[in-house]
Amino acid sequence: MTGLLEIRGARRSFATPEGGRIAALDGVDLDVGANEFVTLLGPSGCGKTTLLRSISGFEALDAGVIRLDGRDIGALPPFRRPVNTVFQSYALFGHMSVARNVGYALEVGGVARAERERAVAEALDKVGLAGFGARRPSQLSGGQRQRVALARAIIGRPRILLLDEPLSALDRNLRQQMQLELKTLQHNLGIAFVFVTHDQEEALTMSDRIVVMRAGRIEQQGSPRDIFRHPRTRFVAEFIGETNLFDVTVDRIEGEVAIGRTAEGLELRLPGAGLTVGRRATAVLRPADFRLAEAGLPVTITRSVYLGQDLNLFAAPAPGGPEIRVTARDAADAPEVGARVHLAYDAAAVHLLEGA
Amino acid sequence: MARRRDRLVLAALLTPVTLFLGVFFLVPLLTIAVFSFLTPGLYGGVEWAFYHWNYGRIFGWADGIMEVFEPVYLRILGRSLSFAAVTVLLCLILCYPVAFWVSRLPERWRLVFLFLITLPFFSSLIVRLYAWLLILKPSGLLNEMLLGIGLIGAPLEILYTPTAVVLGMVYVMIPFMFLPLFAAVDNLDRSLIEASYDLGATRFQTFRKVILPQTLPGIVGGSVIVFIPSVGNFIVPDVLGGAKGLMAGNLVEQQFLSARNWPFGAALSMLIMSVVLIVLVTFVTRLRPKEG
Repeated sequence: MTGLLEIRGARRSFATPEGGRIAALDGVDLDVGANEFVTLLGPSGCGKTTLLRSISGFEALDAGVIRLDGRDIGALPPFRRPVNTVFQSYALFGHMSVARNVGYALEVGGVARAERERAVAEALDKVGLAGFGARRPSQLSGGQRQRVALARAIIGRPRILLLDEPLSALDRNLRQQMQLELKTLQHNLGIAFVFVTHDQEEALTMSDRIVVMRAGRIEQQGSPRDIFRHPRTRFVAEFIGETNLFDVTVDRIEGEVAIGRTAEGLELRLPGAGLTVGRRATAVLRPADFRLAEAGLPVTITRSVYLGQDLNLFAAPAPGGPEIRVTARDAADAPEVGARVHLAYDAAAVHLLEGA
Repeated sequence: MARRRDRLVLAALLTPVTLFLGVFFLVPLLTIAVFSFLTPGLYGGVEWAFYHWNYGRIFGWADGIMEVFEPVYLRILGRSLSFAAVTVLLCLILCYPVAFWVSRLPERWRLVFLFLITLPFFSSLIVRLYAWLLILKPSGLLNEMLLGIGLIGAPLEILYTPTAVVLGMVYVMIPFMFLPLFAAVDNLDRSLIEASYDLGATRFQTFRKVILPQTLPGIVGGSVIVFIPSVGNFIVPDVLGGAKGLMAGNLVEQQFLSARNWPFGAALSMLIMSVVLIVLVTFVTRLRPKEG
């Protein structure tokens, strides 16, 4: 993968109303390859939007460098950077037609009218809005406005397209449809996308690489599967998907398997490699890692949440103790609340957090 | 049934405002319109006989015996219009950048500034204009200061000149321009400006293609609100303009109060009103954002 964008040691802090300073970016290194779909994921205030805005040029860094194609672009104003943004609010120009909105980058760039009209028609076609050029943004639905914003941002063939939570205002069905379309569009256009979101599902669906941010730092980055299956910290494990976390102390080793014991006395089988008796660790088990079985961890079902195809079960190993989340198929023999069942899981599939 | 009730409710809601406007706006307006075609009474008031020479005096078909055509009335109207236009322009130039500046202030300071801008309304206009008289007169504050620092050798003659009138008008009208402009600028979505930069537009292009059209409603609104009273204003030229600074508003005032020729005053009023209306309609329709 060739390096397209290179960020090194990015720092940016803001004054708080209380008179202190808060670091929005606290030493961030990031690389984006050509034709890569990178998602910046994190809770609000983690610095993901600040990072995006420092790429587009709307935030100046206190320290650090931003290089695009090897050229330092840190000092360039936004209108000289070969990157375009899809804004969260879309930011369409209400006093212009859809066609003029889409062609804006070419209009201010001095492209001749005929050429502009051809490019606008092509861009509108790409986002499935052919024939909508004469309308005003106010005459479009939320999903259509989103597409106009997208067409407007890609018409100038930017080196990188930046997307600032562009799907957050759409309803669930439309959002899922747009997620797939965005991924396809990115593939067809062959330009890199940097996508900001706080929605982990969105990140998992679209990204080539997810960058999890927390308090101005990069917590972990990797492929969606890697981030989901092998979270490195408790924060990442809890932020990506539903998780059961068990703080255990290794009690004994039985061949390939280590037995860990929680403070409540619950015993869990863990992959034994590298563990020694007395060692503390945090075990990560996703709700789907458990299955209902004849033998295994004895639990009582305390709550059952119907999700359609699946059930979200809350199971307590001991009355009043911490609950384990379990995903089960909704079937005729699904356990009722109060039922005593056993949970089975594959010891080799249990993931242990580093340094816990 | 529901339809009928809706209509009754609508009628009940509309009645008060209709009555109020009818009694206090339409009736006086019609009175003036009718008066402008009546014969002036010998000692003021009107005689109920049709009389078109009121307009003849202004436009040039006067008989030359009872009524004399004087082109000065049209000239004065023209001057009033141009003074009002200059006032609008100066208010706009002064207020537009300030509106941007104020909209970026922290909430607390914004309120302070908006309070300051409305502060003049708390005192009488006449008093404030006499204060300007004290500032502008040859031995006034301004001249004393300029003489004091040696910028001028002799006192400037500002008072009783067109400059003084425009200065006074701008001073009086600034709040009326500022408030609608501020509302428009404050409502401007900042992300639109960012989107424009992001798409490669320079600062000037962004101003011309995004900021200006987006704030145009405020510009038009402020201009209209300043232009209308500026054309008919007679207090500012009275206090700061002196004898030579006669404006259309002063003419009307003279006809009603000094010359006691109500029909002629009414005719002048109708003329001012229709000219203002024509100017505004042209202005507003021309400034509609053009779509390309």
